[in-house]
This record gives sequence, structure tokens and C-alpha cells, in this order.
Amino acid sequence: MLGSLNYSLQANSLSCIRDDRVLFEDLSFTVNAGQVLLLEGKNGSGKTSLLRILCGFREPDAGELSWCGDALSDSSYFADLAYVGHLEGVKKELTVYENLKVALALGQAGSYSIMEALTRVNLEDFADVLVGALSAGQKRRLSLARLLITKNILWILDEPFTSLDRQGIALIETLMFEHCAKGGMIVLTSHHDLTLQGVDVQRIMLS
Amino acid sequence: MSLANAFFAIIKRDLVLAMRRRSEIANPLLFFILVITLFPLGIGAQPHLLQSIAPGIIWVSALLAAMLSLDSLFRSDFDDGSLEQILLSAHPASLLVLAKVVAHWLVTGLPLLIVAPLLAIFLGMPTNSLGILLLTLLLGTPVLSLIGAIGVALTVGLRRGGMILSLLVLPLYVPVLIFASNAVEMAGAGLPIQAQLNILISFLFMAVFLAPWPTAAALKMSIN
Repeated sequence: MLGSLNYSLQANSLSCIRDDRVLFEDLSFTVNAGQVLLLEGKNGSGKTSLLRILCGFREPDAGELSWCGDALSDSSYFADLAYVGHLEGVKKELTVYENLKVALALGQAGSYSIMEALTRVNLEDFADVLVGALSAGQKRRLSLARLLITKNILWILDEPFTSLDRQGIALIETLMFEHCAKGGMIVLTSHHDLTLQGVDVQRIMLS
Repeated sequence: MSLANAFFAIIKRDLVLAMRRRSEIANPLLFFILVITLFPLGIGAQPHLLQSIAPGIIWVSALLAAMLSLDSLFRSDFDDGSLEQILLSAHPASLLVLAKVVAHWLVTGLPLLIVAPLLAIFLGMPTNSLGILLLTLLLGTPVLSLIGAIGVALTVGLRRGGMILSLLVLPLYVPVLIFASNAVEMAGAGLPIQAQLNILISFLFMAVFLAPWPTAAALKMSIN
């Protein structure tokens, strides 16, 4: 549904060395449209480092990544990617709506309008509230609303369930399910057990 | 269209943020005014001495005020993760960075231009060089912001980068200081200043076109 092209993210024998410590090496995987890749492992096992490599913030110490068969820099990878990390990436002096407007200007309009996305994450009554006044869980939902308003294929989520309550977690799981059903793909780390029925979930254990 | 959209959205965002934080505008401006008003007190009743060093005083103060304001350029975006989102955008990072620098100059550089003539009169600068003073500030302070941005981008990841930032950036500010204050002085004496102005204009063009690339590259390194 997100275009006729069959999207895929391939990692070919990646390795990451941090402070002379090998976090992982010779790591290969392929994520296809509609699939979820769940990274598991202890704290400090390199999950976040791997996500940051996928985002292009870090270079892998060996190996390469490709998007639909092309090297990342030669493809539309960065236009197809959306990332929610440990840091929310929202300004606390701006309102919820203003924050999403900036996010929209930085990307391409997606399937949801800002207000629709806010309704979806149950923040519709907070559109004109300064983000500084939101709770941690609400901020997290706001940063996830960013995924909905921009056009993207690949979601990279670092511990998306942090500080969310049970409804919040269920909501994110529904959104993830819908994204995969539309032909999107997700790479995430989580300590929370995923309950995504009918979605092809790959697991990689980093140790 | 969409790139222009993103460019102006960043400028607008930063201006709104500055209006809501206020101290970002007030700090460098207050510093600029305070330093300049302290000089007559320190030098005493020597109006001629003050008059002759006025261009230097104003330019040195402007330079220090610009440097003082640099840290706020990327700090909060770095701390709350907005910088990651900006750099992840499919738009060229260097242009988005340029938008941030433009907004930063509007907030911290432009106010200096507005109060500078007043302070110049206060120091007894001849009125025929006021226009030139403004012109040099208009050409020079954006260069300070653009060059400073490279330094901040390199040091934003360090917790205590302030000292390194000054060491990195100050030497690069010196040419601007020399040509700008010299132009104002010469104008006061009624001498031609076309050469100095041309050099300042070329500095500005070089900075606008060349500084955003290393700034974006340094930011990518810093968020690593």
C-alpha cells in the first residue's frame, strides 16, 4: 500500500566496536515490508548502538547496510525513515501542535493530518498545551504521533514503551500492527513482551 | 518548495523559542551594553581618548557578545534530541543548519545593530562614521555567527566545551575584527574604506557558502 516497490533493509555482517569492546560482529539480517525486527539483549549489549547505525548517526565498524538493494546514501532511505529514540526530540517551550508542525515541515506529509494523529494517540485535547506541561507518557505519545504525520516506511524505535501505561502500550501495538499491515517495517528494541498477532516478528538476541 | 518550507519552519521555530525564553535575546544584548558603558567609567574624563578607541570598543564588545551567545545555538536541541530529528531529515543538513544560524543571528546579532548607534554616540563617535559602523556590524556579525557555529557544532557534545570553543573560534574572529574596526576608524577620519568593506563582504559570502557544510558534518560527529 505504501507504494509498489518492495522495500527491504539488509544488513551485511555488521560489527560495532565501542571503547575497544566488541558489541556485536558479523551481524546480518534482512527486514522486508510488513516485518518487525525486535532486538533483544541486556543493557549495554549494543541495541541502541545498532539502531544508531541504522539511523546513520554512526558508521558500522565493518559491514554494510542497503535499502532496497542500494547503499543507503544512493537511495531514498533517509526520506523513508522515522526514528524515535531515548530523547523525545520535542521542544518543551512549544505547544504540541507547533512541535508536530515542525516535524511535518522536516519530512513529507503522511497519511494522517496533525489533528488526526493527535486524536489517534489521545492527545487531541492537548494540541495547544506547552509540551513542558505534559507527563512523560504523554510526551512519548507525542513523539510517536510524529511517526504518523510523516510519510515513512521504516520505523526505528528505541524502547517505545518506556513510561507508557497499559492503554498506551496497547495503542502503540495497534499502530505498529497497522503500519506493518500497510507494508511498512519496524526495527525496535524493547524489554516489554510484544503481542503482535499476525505480524512476522524476527528476533535478534544481542549478547 | 518543501526545502524552503523546512528552512523557514526552522527559522520560525527558533524565533518562537527565543521569544518564549527571552534570556537568549537579553543576555548578549545586556552584556554588550554593560561592557560599553563600563569603558567611560574605567577610562575617566578623557573624551578624546574614548572617541578614538570607540570603534575598537564597540567591535570587541560585539565580538565577545556574539561568542557569549554561541552556546545557545545548538545546546537545547542537542539535549532534547531535536538535533537528531533535524539531521535525520531528508533535506540537506547544511541548509537546515544555515536556517538555525540565521535565526540565531536575528535573535542575538540584530539587537546589537539596533543599540550600537546609541552606544556609539554615547562614546562620542563622530556622526559621519555611524553609518559605517552599522554597515560593518551588518556585514560582520553574521560572519561571527556562521564561523562560531562550526566551533559550537564541534564542542556541543562536550560538557565543558566553553574554553575550547573560545580557543577555536577567537582566532577566526580576528580578521573580521581588524577589518571592521579599521573601516570605522578610517571613516571617522574621512578616508576611503572601500577595500575594507569589500573584504568584509567577501568574508560574509565565504562564510554563508562555506560554513554550513563543516557545521553540519561536525554536528553529525557530535551526536554520534
